[in-house]
Amino acid sequence: MRFEGTSTYVATDDLKMAVNAAATLNRPLLIKGEPGTGKTMLAEEVAKAMDLPFFEWHIKSTTKAQQGLYEYDAVSRLRDSQLGDPRVHDISNYIVKGPLWRCFESEKRPVLLIDEIDKADIEFPNDLLRELDRMEFYVYETQQVIRARHKPIIIITSNNEKELPDAFLRRCFFHYIRFPDKETMARIVEVHFPNLKQELLKEALEVFFELRELPGLKKKPSTSELIDWLKLLMAEDLPPEVLRESSTRRVLPPLHGALLKNEQDIHLFERVMFMARRNREV
Amino acid sequence: MLLNFFFALRQRGLKVTLTEFLTLLEALEKRLAVLSIDDFYYLARGCLVKDETQFDRFDRIFGNYMKGIEQALSGEEGIFARIPEEWLRRQAELLLSEEERAKIQSLGGWEKLMETLRKRLEEQKERHQGGNRWIGTAGTSPFGAYGYNPEGIRIGQHESRHRRAVKVWDRREFRNLDDSVELGTRNIKLALRRLRQFAREGAAEVLDLDDTIRSTARNAGYLDLRMVPERHNAVKVLLFFDVGGSMDEHIRVCEELFSAARSEFKHMEYFYFHNCLYEAVWKDARRRFEEQTPTMEVLHTYPSDYKVIFVGDATMSPYEIGYPGGSVEHWNEEPGEVWLRRVLDTYPKAIWLNPVPESRWAHTPSVQMIRQIMDGRMFPLTLDGLERGMRYLAR
Repeated sequence: MRFEGTSTYVATDDLKMAVNAAATLNRPLLIKGEPGTGKTMLAEEVAKAMDLPFFEWHIKSTTKAQQGLYEYDAVSRLRDSQLGDPRVHDISNYIVKGPLWRCFESEKRPVLLIDEIDKADIEFPNDLLRELDRMEFYVYETQQVIRARHKPIIIITSNNEKELPDAFLRRCFFHYIRFPDKETMARIVEVHFPNLKQELLKEALEVFFELRELPGLKKKPSTSELIDWLKLLMAEDLPPEVLRESSTRRVLPPLHGALLKNEQDIHLFERVMFMARRNREV
Repeated sequence: MLLNFFFALRQRGLKVTLTEFLTLLEALEKRLAVLSIDDFYYLARGCLVKDETQFDRFDRIFGNYMKGIEQALSGEEGIFARIPEEWLRRQAELLLSEEERAKIQSLGGWEKLMETLRKRLEEQKERHQGGNRWIGTAGTSPFGAYGYNPEGIRIGQHESRHRRAVKVWDRREFRNLDDSVELGTRNIKLALRRLRQFAREGAAEVLDLDDTIRSTARNAGYLDLRMVPERHNAVKVLLFFDVGGSMDEHIRVCEELFSAARSEFKHMEYFYFHNCLYEAVWKDARRRFEEQTPTMEVLHTYPSDYKVIFVGDATMSPYEIGYPGGSVEHWNEEPGEVWLRRVLDTYPKAIWLNPVPESRWAHTPSVQMIRQIMDGRMFPLTLDGLERGMRYLAR
């Protein structure tokens, strides 16, 4: 079974290779890349394309590795014991399964997304080494070993906020999603808006890449922002001429709020456009 | 199999491990990349390199390795020699009109033309590696120069598809990500660790067992849970690096410090300056003139609980510190000293790290001046100096 992208997700050759290699070798796939390039979407799409069950685990700065396996709800047990609840005698009533456990129990080979692993503490990936390596873990409270019935396809995303430990990296397959070039971008847009007028798309991409080139932007617009913007353009039913006008007459593109999300950036853009206009008049 | 490649990677400083190499072999055994050099490239990169800052280095080594193989296959003339000339000729004959062929003859015939073409291609390949665009698209195709029709240009390009594929790594798209020198940062990491402070901040999250027992007892045995915020590293750091000029010889040490610092703090911002701090700093050395950040903005953005570390050799002409217009690069309205004092007023916890050995400081007037401005808080960039500096910052 090979992953070839889906009707809603454009995968480049190197990305396809990465996913297929990770799936064949049973290694976790670590995905990095600029924000908004579809890192999180990937796992979902892989599951959809291969028709596999999908599990996700979103990491926060307070997430502990243990929470992915299971949690022992000591507080409820304590409360139950004080209220005289009979459930209190069986400790397994208070074991709450985490996403990794549920994923290991899956009947079919599952896809597991571990999203934004860099948000967690620096030790977090190290705490998961054995679990990801052997695909099994030990539950101390009930003294049982949980083993994966089918080795899951694990996709891990990172935004590079922290460096990940070497021991962890060694076990992963790595892929860096680059910002798409114009060609790929046109394909991505095509997938999302099959009815978009060719002209409008061409003009919109020009404006978009021009905007990304602008030095000094605090937050460069990304793929997901482009798609939002196109949605708005379509909803407003703007003709392509308006866009061409904005790029030649050097004014803010219509509905720019979807692309520039920071008032300093908008201000900067206006100033640059103003200077460009003035230079032209002189 | 591929052992030479593996050792070439290690020799050039990529920390490829045996496990990773075996993974690659396992992948090849499972037929993940067959008959396509591109697939092999993607596969090898994904298996062996785990950091996009190392991609560029990998690309270069891979390119070299492949070049070696190609040369072994095709002799000294390289890959172009393998394009069958008959094929080219037939293609061109198909596409060219009678007149045009006559014109070629007048230029010296096929042999001469091919010779020139080959030379041109060679040239172009080199220029391409220097970062220009591929033959044909840049409008400098040798075919074009001889007055062929546009179809003719595509002959060269089409046949070179194989070579264009090689260019995936020759394009070196990851060059600007390469910023790390991780080797030997261990020492510095140890010293920087001193700067870590443990502070309790944020939402209550961890069960405070002692307090829970105490208040449960007070609560007539009914459970009363007590939580405390989790411990985490709350040190925030602003780094200012001197780059260029006299700093060049110290760049290695500074890069080490920089890459160590990156992984050590929760909040760390860095800026570059040249020689002395003036009204603007920048974050990207290559775009320093386009993408500057006003120093005032830095002062207003980061609150005063940030700790400031300057890294620089403080070796310059005294005018650069003391006088308006003293900067070697631009006209500065206010002297560097004013800007330094502004930073020190905003951030009381600030130190200057100097890569020049302490024993030589006395001989350079500018070092003395900066040291005075910093109230003596200048430390050498050695383990001992770092420890002293960190001790001050952590106080």
